[in-house]
Amino acid sequence: MERSAIRVMVAKPGLDGHDRGAKIIAYALRDAGMEVVYTGLRHSPEEIVNAAVQEDVEAVGLSILSGAHLPLTEKVMAGLAAVGRENEIAVFVGGTIPEADVDTLKKMGVAGVFPTGTPLSEIVPAIRGAVEARRSAAN
Amino acid sequence: MAKELEIERERAGSGGADTIRNGGVDDAFAAAERQWRERVARRDIPPAKTSSGLELDILYTPQSLRDNDPLNDIGLPGEYPFTRGVQPTMHRGRLWTMRQYSGFATPKESNQRYRWLLEQGQTGISVALDLPTQLGLDSDDPEAADDVGRVGVAVDTLADMEILFEGIPLDRISTSFTINSTASILLAMYLAVAERQGVPPDKITGTTQNDILKEYVSRGTWIFPPEPSLRLIVDTIEHCFTHAPRFNPISVAGAHFHDAGATVVQDLAYTLADGLTYVQRCIDRGLKVDDFAPLISFFFYTHNDFFEEIAKYRAGRRLWARLMKERFGARDPRAQMFRFGVVCGGSTLTAQQPQNNIVRVAYQALASVLGGVQSMFTAAWDEPFAIPTEQTAEIALRTQQVLAYETGVSNVADPLGGSYYVEALTDKVERETRTIIERIESLGGMVACIQNGFIQKEIAVEAYRFQKRVENAEQVVVGVNRFARPEPERRLELYQSDNAAADRQRESLARVRATRDNSRVKTALSKLREVARGKDNMMPAISEAVKAYASVGEICGVLRSEFGTFKEPVGL
Repeated sequence: MERSAIRVMVAKPGLDGHDRGAKIIAYALRDAGMEVVYTGLRHSPEEIVNAAVQEDVEAVGLSILSGAHLPLTEKVMAGLAAVGRENEIAVFVGGTIPEADVDTLKKMGVAGVFPTGTPLSEIVPAIRGAVEARRSAAN
Repeated sequence: MAKELEIERERAGSGGADTIRNGGVDDAFAAAERQWRERVARRDIPPAKTSSGLELDILYTPQSLRDNDPLNDIGLPGEYPFTRGVQPTMHRGRLWTMRQYSGFATPKESNQRYRWLLEQGQTGISVALDLPTQLGLDSDDPEAADDVGRVGVAVDTLADMEILFEGIPLDRISTSFTINSTASILLAMYLAVAERQGVPPDKITGTTQNDILKEYVSRGTWIFPPEPSLRLIVDTIEHCFTHAPRFNPISVAGAHFHDAGATVVQDLAYTLADGLTYVQRCIDRGLKVDDFAPLISFFFYTHNDFFEEIAKYRAGRRLWARLMKERFGARDPRAQMFRFGVVCGGSTLTAQQPQNNIVRVAYQALASVLGGVQSMFTAAWDEPFAIPTEQTAEIALRTQQVLAYETGVSNVADPLGGSYYVEALTDKVERETRTIIERIESLGGMVACIQNGFIQKEIAVEAYRFQKRVENAEQVVVGVNRFARPEPERRLELYQSDNAAADRQRESLARVRATRDNSRVKTALSKLREVARGKDNMMPAISEAVKAYASVGEICGVLRSEFGTFKEPVGL
């Protein structure tokens, strides 16, 4: 059976305006055959959760370079849980993230963390793998 | 002198047998060079390009400068077109200002850091403000909750600005604020603090970045749409001209284009195109170019392509001077001068083998100095992870000090001037930059090209292209795709954000709100609303609101309700 293309959303939560990384990831995911929705800057966790549900995406990538990754990610995870989509939508976090925070993010249920310097060759398969794992679990 | 040279050139003709043009390229030299090139061509020479994709020759000689006029294209330092620098004596006369971007938590902690940096020999202050302050949100605004005091210091009211500069003499220390949408408010606060310190207006020096156009493209701290934003910028320029004539109300920034992915040439072209837009808006207001243009400065990132970055600054000076003269009839040399500050670091720094960043920053700093920089911030090596600790901030400052005091680079003005390569590259960068500026103008100008997302897309495409080149190792990054090794368990001592700082800031804001004269605040804000609806300069009304201790969020609230907000063109 022909699998439909993976739908993924790249989002910029909080007030951070650095979008070089977010756009590079969006281009790379699109080149890898995924359907990509990019939110643009400054969206609240609530808006991101709503958009993810409405756009029916299977993965959300949060790009945060402001140091506010812990509280913002926590709110996105709580928002997804509140609408019962935490197991269906895989959440990834990338940006200026100290190594000490990687485990904390994973404990929140984040599927993958990509600190500064993570190559696209690692990010793209990680997102694909997580989405495919969720698809097979659902079947 | 220029006349004589013209005549001499006429006489020499082009390519004549006794040509004396350009350093005396004669037939004997041309023949020798031809033979040399024939011999070298038999070797396998790999092609080379600059980071912007400009093709490079293997060698540059007097023949490379056939079209270059030593007087009119290179000239002398401190003289039009300023290719060799804006000051006649350059860094021997006065070193560049060492200004480390710094600010975090509350004004109290940041004030301590500034005093410490000044004790360490820093010569100016560069204020990093937190995102809520940059976006016109108070520290107690729910939307600001996670960002208070994080990437910079929180400033809500004049009371914060007073603490920030406590014990720092504003008649002797110049301050640069990376502030854009709310620049008018922060400027009013700074001038109010200087006034309270008893500093005469003509002794206040410093800069507000105040460059909204690049915010729409690549830094993201926009609030209002372009038109009211441009009005506010012209208001600040007009206000400084009369109230703080040595303060630079705007620093046109290419920095964030470059760090977002723009090439050196795009970086320079977009920046000058923004600069021309601001100049035109001031002219439209009825200001005289020789009055306001001396208040405009520039700001860039110096990245890794050493000679291309140097050429960027030399070409930038020359092209800006020419454009100001040709297009706006600027006659005062200060109105033609492209004075600039730089930051070294940013997206060129790597998380892998992070201490290599010290070396990258040092080379970038050297390129900046050879390019004729006026002020410099050298980033700390741990920037890929967090804002700096005191230790990493110290190494970053020492990097500049070693360059300034140990290497001798400051002894001679424009030491690379006359280098066949550097002059040829300067010429090429200038030509390419002009071409891009003309293209933008043919597409309706910078404002139109930003509103339809054209510039944003050009930069994003370039950033992606660069990333792919890094990933397939066409573009070498040491420690990342060459000479990489498995990373040892990192034990970096990183800056730990102070989670209680946001609460302390909210408490102090509550105290200000409780103790200020709230009826004065109300009157000031309604006056501001009235002025915003008209056409008058808004700075006097903003200054009054600031002095009444109205907050950044309250002042912006008025402006937001009058002006609306920018709609970001989101597209890939």
